[in-house]
Amino acid sequence: MKPSFAPGDKVRVVARETATHCRTPHYLRGKRGVVSRVFGTFPNPEQLAYHRIGVPHVPLYQVDFDYAEVWGKAAPNTRISADIFQHWLEADR
Amino acid sequence: MPHDHSHHHHDHPHDHDVHAPINESHGARSDSILLERALRELLIEKGVFTPADVQRQIELTESRDPELGAKVVAHAWTDAAYKAWLLRDAKPAIETYLGIDLNLTPELVVVENSRERHHVICCTLCSCYPRAILGIPPAWYKSLEYRSRVVIEPRAVLAEFGTRLADDVEIRVVDSTADMRYMVLPMRPRYTENMSEAELVGVITRDSMIGVSVLAERPQ
Repeated sequence: MKPSFAPGDKVRVVARETATHCRTPHYLRGKRGVVSRVFGTFPNPEQLAYHRIGVPHVPLYQVDFDYAEVWGKAAPNTRISADIFQHWLEADR
Repeated sequence: MPHDHSHHHHDHPHDHDVHAPINESHGARSDSILLERALRELLIEKGVFTPADVQRQIELTESRDPELGAKVVAHAWTDAAYKAWLLRDAKPAIETYLGIDLNLTPELVVVENSRERHHVICCTLCSCYPRAILGIPPAWYKSLEYRSRVVIEPRAVLAEFGTRLADDVEIRVVDSTADMRYMVLPMRPRYTENMSEAELVGVITRDSMIGVSVLAERPQ
């Protein structure tokens, strides 16, 4: 799978629910951020958790979020960075 | 935050056998110990791995401690080209300098703390930690309290570790949510200017490489 995003791109974490294992924390779902790093592709953890081999490998990004976007209130000079797989990101226009 | 004091579970089911051997497990619940033992014995019986494999893995895990991370930091402080490589592509830079094989361990990323930006590492989902170079994470790192509070009120949590940052220092909470394991390259205290690399290693603390503290500006 090819990376769809590059550093500087504005993205939004998909706000879907899952009943099974995934590595996208709830507190970031639906939140807007900016891609800061592209790490390459990794086995899909949602398959690895169920003894599958995790193909196709999925691009993984570091995404930076402003504190206020995540928690709905201001905190001076505070950001949160998290690593989010491509299928959990959509372009934020 | 009390560092290592809030993690003693006192689970005493009323029907437990008072003559059963006491299992000194420092916070692990007795049912998780049983589960681990049952699973391990089954996997050994099925030939998935051998007791020697388990022993080897325990020894490897226990051989890793924060001194490895400290050596990497000290070298980065004294060699600008190495520091640039470490920040760009940490795993090969660490493997090459320490002469260890990290092929079977997760990816590593080193982030640099500065006067402008302070990183603090966490794993809100579980306990991801750069074990290959910092060893086994401290109990508080795995606590629900640290994992939840550090993303909600990082300045308050850092203050409880004795780390008070000016408002104009950006705090960057790094949540290790996937395959990358993060280590902080702390700021070098000025008094260490003339120290050798070996002396520098003794100055660098585990907590400064997690980012919950900064290194003191005076010898400790």
